[in-house]
Amino acid sequence: MTSKNITILGAGITGLWQALTLARAGHHVSLVEKSAEPFDEASSWFAGAMLAPFCESESAEPIVGKLGLEAIPIWKKSFPGLKINGTLVLAPARDLSELKHFAKRTDGHRWLEAGEIENLEPDLANRFQSALFYESEAHLPPRKTMQDLLRMAEQAGVRMRFGVDDPSTQALSDDADDYLIDCTGMGAHEQLPELRGVRGEMAVIKSRDINLSRPVRLLHPRVPFYVVPWGGHTYMIGATVIESADPANVTLRSALDLLAMAYALHPGFGEAELCEFSTGIRPAFPDNIPKIVLHNQRHIYINGLFRHGFLLAPVLAELTRHYIETGRQTSELMIEN
Amino acid sequence: MNIIDPAPVRKETPLKLYGEEFHSRLLLGTAQYPSPKILCDAVKASRTEIVTISLRRENARQKEGRKFIDLIGSLDVRLLPNTAGCNSVKEAVATAEMARELFDTPWIKLEVIANNDTLQPDLLGLLGAARVLLRDGFKVLPYMTEDLSIAEKLIEAGCEVLMPWGAPIGTGQGLRNPEALKTLRAYFPDIPLIIDAGIGAPSHAALAMEFGYDAILLNTAVAKAHDPVTMAKAFALAIDAGRNAHVAGLMEPRDMAAPSTPIAGTPFT
Repeated sequence: MTSKNITILGAGITGLWQALTLARAGHHVSLVEKSAEPFDEASSWFAGAMLAPFCESESAEPIVGKLGLEAIPIWKKSFPGLKINGTLVLAPARDLSELKHFAKRTDGHRWLEAGEIENLEPDLANRFQSALFYESEAHLPPRKTMQDLLRMAEQAGVRMRFGVDDPSTQALSDDADDYLIDCTGMGAHEQLPELRGVRGEMAVIKSRDINLSRPVRLLHPRVPFYVVPWGGHTYMIGATVIESADPANVTLRSALDLLAMAYALHPGFGEAELCEFSTGIRPAFPDNIPKIVLHNQRHIYINGLFRHGFLLAPVLAELTRHYIETGRQTSELMIEN
Repeated sequence: MNIIDPAPVRKETPLKLYGEEFHSRLLLGTAQYPSPKILCDAVKASRTEIVTISLRRENARQKEGRKFIDLIGSLDVRLLPNTAGCNSVKEAVATAEMARELFDTPWIKLEVIANNDTLQPDLLGLLGAARVLLRDGFKVLPYMTEDLSIAEKLIEAGCEVLMPWGAPIGTGQGLRNPEALKTLRAYFPDIPLIIDAGIGAPSHAALAMEFGYDAILLNTAVAKAHDPVTMAKAFALAIDAGRNAHVAGLMEPRDMAAPSTPIAGTPFT
């Protein structure tokens, strides 16, 4: 195989994995990012970073769950410290039907009784009568992981350029480039007119009173909610899903919903410190399935990762690498534009 | 002359709301679908001509939120904006005014919620907001309970259609108070009545149509189905079945068995 010259636009989770994957395979890779500082405009900065292919299958198309299962071993290979502690899914006693509904829609779980919940998460003792446990799911501290990915890509030989005003004007300007891969999320909304933004609001809290060692999802008919331990007593709570690309600050209503759910999970969170409220805009296609868009032979878009950036980025990176090296379209996610 | 002419199937009268005619008797909500694509496919499968859309949560007033609305707008159905999430007359009126401007329609599904936990309609607030909006030229479709007195006052205020709940929003419990719903139907034989909320299964919708209700408005039962597109079709069929049964005239249940074949003269018994 001859190594290729490849420019990647966008240093969010998608671009970082793509750069790392191609550089490790021996290609000459440049990563170009609009923001002057890393991650200032990356929606993945606000991700929960749960690797939860089974839980996500509750509302996502089957392909998302299928590819998501392939992602955990890829993550584990590059991040041997990846925690595979599973996911705990709970519902308040009066919303037990939500839990049954969730169980019916998903695989990879078993039912737990109160005692088993206590064994897994001692701080949740005596609060819930039953739960679903998705043993093989994993989670990451997303921000540290993105910093690690950036460093690993650099070590693998990726050349980084931050603060490039309009990265799309880089488009194959240099004939030395064999491929241009656009991973700019909402930045590509003009080139990909079907792309839309889906607003997600999240909070970060710090609690020394409550210890959780895995993501916990609390089901509710109107406000589904999750809390992800980020380490160092820090927890992310999220996330709203609103059909809007408005990047404005978190609304009071969303903040109330998120905080009320944390309090419902454990009143001990009432003493938690509020560290951050943020809004991210997830790029999505109308079917909420990511796409590898082959714009022409040398120009590729990877976009529409929606809620599944951390879950699917390494898999999409592998699929794209395979296409570049063999010229064969092997994935149903690839479409020609 | 052929003496056994096939009986003509009774011609279905269209549903008439504020002077407009509709051939589908299903109104579909647009929230909570797995993806906009599935929503669009479900709308098509349901054959609905009216879809509701929430203004508050989708931040429609922002230019950036338009992508989702544009997608629904491309479906060639009437958009019925709602005031979901409003807890006061003032909020509901302001939301309705924004919706009229944004969607260019005077139609509004009026919801004033008394309690955020049960989503019980605030009937006094509903009446207050309906009076303001009707005076201002809106075509109000009020989301109410099956209460007769409030129904009467809403009609006096100028509402030409009423939308009583089957059960609280999103519960899927079906018709929780069927006798009261029958009474409401009997009391207002000429006002279009639409069951709005609480429908969980196509059989619930069919039953309401058998009672003589004019249409069904639902969302969660389709959006949260494992296969929303097929469920949308199932509801369309059930609503057709219930409507046809009502038009055809249902038999009255009897206490005693009555053979459908006469016994007298049956040979070999």
